[in-house]
Amino acid sequence: MALSGMRGLSVFISDIRNCPNKEQERLRVDKELGNIRTRFKNEKGLSPYEKKKYVWKMLYIYMLGYDVDFGHMEAVSLISAPKYPEKQVGYIVTSCLLNENHDFLRLAINTVRNDIIGRNETFQCLALTMVGNIGGREFAESLAPDVQKLIISSSCRPLVRKKAALCLLRLYRKNPDVVNVDGWADRMAQLLDERDLGVLTSSMSLLVALVSNNHEAYWSCLPKCVKILERLARNQDVPQEYTYYGIPSPWLQVKTMRALQYFPTVEDPNTRRSLFEVLQRILMGTDVVKNVNKNNASHAVLFEALALVMHLDAEKEMMSQCIALLGKFIAVREPNIRYLGLENMTRMLMVTDVHDIIKRHQAQIITSLKDPDISIRRRALDLLYGMCDVSNAKDIVEELLQYLSTADFAMREELSLKAAILAEKFAPDLSWYVDVILQLIDKAGDFVSDDIWFRVVQFVTNNEDLQPYAAAKAREYLDKPAIHETMVKVSAYLLGEYSHLLARRPGCSPKEIFSIIHEKLPTVSMSTVAILLSTYAKILMHTQPADPELQNQIWAIFNKYESCIEVEIQQRAVEYFALSRKGAALMDILAEMPKFPERQSSLIKKAEDVEVDTAEQSAIKLRAQQQQTSTALVVADQSSANGTSPVNQLGLVKVPSMSSSVDHNSTDPGMAQPNGTLTKVDPQPQPPSPSPSPDLLGDLLGPLAIEGPPVDGESEQNVVSGLEGVAAVDAAAIVPVTVQTNAVEPIGNIAERFHALCLKDSGVLYEDPYVQIGIKAEWRGHHGRLVLFLGNKNTSPLVSVQALILPPSHLKMELSLVPETIPPRAQVQCPLEVMNLRPSRDVAVLDFSYKFNTNMVNVKLRLPAVLNKFLQPITVSAEEFFPQWRSLSGPPLKLQEVVRGVRPMPLLEMANLFNSCHLMVCPGLDPNPNNLVASTTFYSESTRAMLCLSRIETDPADRTQLRMTVASGDPTLTFELKEFIKEQLVSIPIAPRPPAPVPPTPSVAQPVPPAAPSNDPGAMLAGLL
Amino acid sequence: MGIRFILMVNKQGQTRLAQYYEWLTLEERRALEGEIVRKCLARTEQQCSFVEHRNYKIVYRRYASLFFLVGVDNDENELAILEFIHLLVETMDRHFGNVCELDIMFHLEKAHFMLEEMVMNGCIVETSKSNILSPIQLMEKMS
Repeated sequence: MALSGMRGLSVFISDIRNCPNKEQERLRVDKELGNIRTRFKNEKGLSPYEKKKYVWKMLYIYMLGYDVDFGHMEAVSLISAPKYPEKQVGYIVTSCLLNENHDFLRLAINTVRNDIIGRNETFQCLALTMVGNIGGREFAESLAPDVQKLIISSSCRPLVRKKAALCLLRLYRKNPDVVNVDGWADRMAQLLDERDLGVLTSSMSLLVALVSNNHEAYWSCLPKCVKILERLARNQDVPQEYTYYGIPSPWLQVKTMRALQYFPTVEDPNTRRSLFEVLQRILMGTDVVKNVNKNNASHAVLFEALALVMHLDAEKEMMSQCIALLGKFIAVREPNIRYLGLENMTRMLMVTDVHDIIKRHQAQIITSLKDPDISIRRRALDLLYGMCDVSNAKDIVEELLQYLSTADFAMREELSLKAAILAEKFAPDLSWYVDVILQLIDKAGDFVSDDIWFRVVQFVTNNEDLQPYAAAKAREYLDKPAIHETMVKVSAYLLGEYSHLLARRPGCSPKEIFSIIHEKLPTVSMSTVAILLSTYAKILMHTQPADPELQNQIWAIFNKYESCIEVEIQQRAVEYFALSRKGAALMDILAEMPKFPERQSSLIKKAEDVEVDTAEQSAIKLRAQQQQTSTALVVADQSSANGTSPVNQLGLVKVPSMSSSVDHNSTDPGMAQPNGTLTKVDPQPQPPSPSPSPDLLGDLLGPLAIEGPPVDGESEQNVVSGLEGVAAVDAAAIVPVTVQTNAVEPIGNIAERFHALCLKDSGVLYEDPYVQIGIKAEWRGHHGRLVLFLGNKNTSPLVSVQALILPPSHLKMELSLVPETIPPRAQVQCPLEVMNLRPSRDVAVLDFSYKFNTNMVNVKLRLPAVLNKFLQPITVSAEEFFPQWRSLSGPPLKLQEVVRGVRPMPLLEMANLFNSCHLMVCPGLDPNPNNLVASTTFYSESTRAMLCLSRIETDPADRTQLRMTVASGDPTLTFELKEFIKEQLVSIPIAPRPPAPVPPTPSVAQPVPPAAPSNDPGAMLAGLL
Repeated sequence: MGIRFILMVNKQGQTRLAQYYEWLTLEERRALEGEIVRKCLARTEQQCSFVEHRNYKIVYRRYASLFFLVGVDNDENELAILEFIHLLVETMDRHFGNVCELDIMFHLEKAHFMLEEMVMNGCIVETSKSNILSPIQLMEKMS
């Protein structure tokens, strides 16, 4: 099957196809590239045929994803070849391989121009196409007039003119300042009189570009577009070749209606009547037919007609007809039509006020929120968000909340943000708003950003009526067995401020409140501990006369945290302790928080930012901007759109009485509000540091730490960096490593199996009553070959078997074909090639599914292609080690960290652990017997083989902490390796809790006093080195 | 612009043809192809033919072992693109006679010639099969 006689190319493609794995493919490609390079070096001996062949090979290799960094000149030079086949290759390959700014293109401008103005129309077409695809500024400067001439030339055949039109489109779009289109309106109008549908198709694209830029100039084209549309809709004079499944060029129809959407209105009554007749015919006359292609094509036209009707905003009859159609579409079985129905309803909301009619379909839209297809769910969410107003907010938000617990991770963040915004914008009463946000935190705490809970605190603080209610709600949530840390934060804050309002209710005495909050303390992070300490101080303050028992309890906690490693916590503990000894005077000092200054919701701002990011200058959006409708995320002026008074709206809540004293005290409204205490405090601790922190975090966390700097900047970073390991692991927990709700139970612990396989190269990855997946792996340098053994344990075949690899970005993975059926009691082997591109700890996931009876079983399994698999132990001598160690001085190549919460183990065990991770412990290098030095080589494509050195200094008196130093020639590698070692050292195998077997979590930094550096053996060695 | 890229990818996720109408570096292409393939190939027949990805959409269609994936702007007419894919396949059918993955692999240049006659700079140029195929036929006559 030689193609155009290029046998060598066919052979090469066959070779590539027969490569059993990626490595072989790369070898074959490298060989070929070497070959081409040599051939190109003595270019004189190359025939045009050979050149052509090599250039195609280059394109093929490039398409496979390999860099081809030479031979561009040869490709470009083919453009000047005298014969069509070579020239054609030159043009096509050049436009695939080169970008518009490539220097070589400049060399070809003259040839290209000669081809364009020449007489050979096939050459003209080739040249116009290339310029149309990659022509840059210089092409625009030298070719635009010639191209413009061709478009309207009467001596040119349609095949040239259609290409010239799109070529001009590119030149104009890229460089509107260079290409002069003044006076083009007439020519455009003339062009639209053309009969050839190919020329019309391209001209219509050109028209869209011109009109979208300046519709005023192109009024004369409007009636012509309507004429074209009429001709097509009535199927007059449309050649068979342009009829697609009985529909006259659906693409030209769509494009023409798109062009019409860039004109604001149709003024001429006759044109308008003609247009509406056509639209009416399309709207009424599109039936559902059996043939899929015909159906799609006619609906493509129909949806475009709907868009045009929406735009022209016609008589309301046609509009309601549109909505009726869309209402029908969102309920059909065909998923494409359902998707488009929802999408177009959302667009309709953007351009006209049709809320009331669309609301009739609310139930159906809510059903779509549970569609099995995520594309459709996203459309439904967008539409619900857009159609929400005061009248249906309660229903919609409650649906969103309900959906939140089952929604996929990919959607949860967006979902919670949208629910929070809607609750804020349209709350019928404030207690409902508080309910919604607390539910949101309860159901999807991980996806609720801080601004959401900051906002609810602001509202409660600013609305006295709301305070007892919010406090009672917070108290209720604390009774739940396992609550999200964000819930701990918000409840602790609210109860600290307002729990005294509940004092008479059962279970709400200060003591009870304190003890239920304090229960949560061992499980929370440092930033939350800070809030809890403030809450305790507030509880003490509200308990007057003092309850000695409670007081002693709280004082004991303050005492404990006085030596906390976190400076923020330490300071709070010290200050609260000192303050709370002042007895009744505490009342004045720890007063209630003043009201927050009014500001725009940061959530709404956030959503607006997102909108701006994705905003495109499309017809529909331009139109929407002009009309500024009710779905726009502006809190103000909602009332008119919704016909309700603004009083209910949270965004407009007034601060009833900003006490004048507060006004006096705070000059900067953005600044953290002082509590009126600073002056009264015994200036025992450090001088107060005023903190101009306009951010919300400062508002909420800052003021309570009476004199301390608010938790921002540095101290916040401390919290974060101290927990980095945790955060990373937490994030990893979100990776779908869970076994979804399947009908079959796995045998054995999946997480344990994975961890075992991280340290050895063969074993069982997964097993359930029907299937067993084993793994055998071989690693060489940055390559790896895993074989998956899929075994059917049944006596009947396993069907619909599917295995999909979801590789992280740093791994290139290729899984060979997995058979769809595994015969009874059989085992199939599926090789999986792995290539490591760069250092990273991310993990690849195997998405494996099969069918058993009628149940689909799907598991997502982490694959043990982890960082240490690309390590090769290496012994280094002192002569090699020390110069290397010294030359890698300091961050980012050498990183040091004190690790706490280490799983205590004898030194020997630690050395074994290192060796099993391929980090070779080199005894004798470090004079201190309590220290370990290990070396290894890491392999990846980006780093090649790279030596890594590490040193662990342990403290025989406290095995739970150590100091670790890691060095290599690559900053990312150093960091990743350091984190990796840390994970190994601090991992505590915990029972996986349903539903997600969480990877080992390093214990949260315990409040341990900082290591005394004085007799630190490491310091001594450091001096030595 | 309309069409941003056209990909033909087989069931195993191997790219058989890639034509981009905006410049992406090799790295970006590899990443994009990987992400898209992962997203689209896992979908079932019962799901719709549109997948939202980053700030654009993929309209895709499967023919036996081969997936045709077209990246388009968000406001593009999805069904028109879906049928445009079919038109492309029919055009290839007319030329190769029941086109298959191997035809495209071993006649990559012809596939490119056809595409070049159909799409330019992300816009549709021609939808008449005989017009699309005439340059190829001309060339075959010549050689």
